[in-house]
Amino acid sequence: MSLDLTAPRDVSLDHLRYIREKRAYKQKVRVCQVLLLIAALAFWEIATQLRWIDPFIFSSPSRVINTLISLHQEGNLYEHIGITLYETAAGFILGTLIGTAVAIILWWSDFLAEVLDQYLVVLNSLPKIALGPIIIVWFGAGASAIIVVALLVSVIVTILGVYSGFSQVDPDKVKLLKTFGATKLQVLQKVILPASVPTIISALKINVGLAWVGVIVGEFLVSRAGLGYLIVYGGQVFRLDLVMASVIILSLAAALMYQAVVYLEKIITR
Amino acid sequence: MKAEPLVRIKNLSIKYHTLEGEISALQDISLDVKEGEFISIVGPSGCGKSTLLNALAGLLEPSAGEIMINNQRVKGPTPLVGYMPQSDQLFQWRTIWKNVLLGLEVQNKVTPETKAYAAGLLEKYGLKEFMHARPNQLSGGMRQRVALIRTLAINPEILLLDEAFSALDYQTRLLVADEVKQIIDEEHKTAILVTHDIAEAISMADRVVVLTRRPGRIKSIHTIELTCSVKTPIKCREAPEFRQYFNLIWKELDINVA
Repeated sequence: MSLDLTAPRDVSLDHLRYIREKRAYKQKVRVCQVLLLIAALAFWEIATQLRWIDPFIFSSPSRVINTLISLHQEGNLYEHIGITLYETAAGFILGTLIGTAVAIILWWSDFLAEVLDQYLVVLNSLPKIALGPIIIVWFGAGASAIIVVALLVSVIVTILGVYSGFSQVDPDKVKLLKTFGATKLQVLQKVILPASVPTIISALKINVGLAWVGVIVGEFLVSRAGLGYLIVYGGQVFRLDLVMASVIILSLAAALMYQAVVYLEKIITR
Repeated sequence: MKAEPLVRIKNLSIKYHTLEGEISALQDISLDVKEGEFISIVGPSGCGKSTLLNALAGLLEPSAGEIMINNQRVKGPTPLVGYMPQSDQLFQWRTIWKNVLLGLEVQNKVTPETKAYAAGLLEKYGLKEFMHARPNQLSGGMRQRVALIRTLAINPEILLLDEAFSALDYQTRLLVADEVKQIIDEEHKTAILVTHDIAEAISMADRVVVLTRRPGRIKSIHTIELTCSVKTPIKCREAPEFRQYFNLIWKELDINVA
């Protein structure tokens, strides 16, 4: 969240001091964040240089940078990143869309919602990753199986979250529409969906994270391409430099995708 | 004045069913409402006031008896009836203008004429400049006015006000009641107000209907005649008869503070 700390004109000295203090505090937080990162990296580098820890097992910042450079020169790094990004985006978009669609069906039919309730509870508590091997058999060892895993991880949470969001819409708003003679479809379009936009966005935020879990585990299992593949491959051949480099790229990509959703939220909710 | 009343409630009874048993909410209610009349309904809490309003709005099936509006039996929501909810229920994701058009949209009646009528109402009641604002940019009183205009936009004959001012603070409440009454009079609408506020009921109504404890039956109907120079709810509260009506209805409500 960005605070607007620009000082308006014609303010008292007290207020200026308050603003200055707030600004200084914010700066202090930023500086400490950067220092913490630098200190951690420096300690890691020094510890390996001085052989306190074995750089072969623990890698080191300089080795990670070298690995990144060589991966960049070999050129297939971007292919791996691209595949993982594609799988994640597809998984979480499908998870959100399908989850919301099912939530709409459940809202439409109380009977169906009650019939399926117990099954949803069971599916929700089941670790979806356990279905990975089955999915690979069904969908083949490739991107589609990985997308399905990512979808499965996020879809049940979405259904439950969005459905409960629908149920929490103020009944008086629904009643108002009914007094105008609204049909069920109109109630859905004009109240339930617009009132649930915040719920759907928060589902989207959760799903970004979950889709990454699904995709990385999927890539561990399928082991063909992607960042998850690089990590598991690096581990198998004991190239911890590769593992660390991939994890760093992965965390950057995940953070970027999350920010993209936050940006989307800002556009929609204004 | 027409020979037939605009609203005729005949031997209306409504029961609620739960697994624990059935609850009789209203019993044998009969009431005629003339065109242009303002009726207030008061009663102890849980007496079925809101149930009666829901039935008038066509949201509830009577268990016995019937409701006739314009000689037509009420079977579901009808465009003849406009309902004004407890709090304004304006949709934050819509502008004021879009909120006002909600009822017309639902009834597929957005035409240049109806839009002009709705815009005219906004202008007439001082809300034109807020057309493109969002509900949270308006004060409580203005929001209530918008809610009323949203109801009026579908041009109903009868307005149902369900504790329509109870969400407002006291001062705003008095002012909004004044405004709403004035608007309803100017637009020549018939209104039925449900409230637990005896003073509000008396100050606004031509007749006050007192309901009994559950199951709600009509205990008495008071024709309100107040001598006040200006016929606004706030002024009417100063009329000498006001206190007498208040005491009378207060006793009839028989509210025990246990």
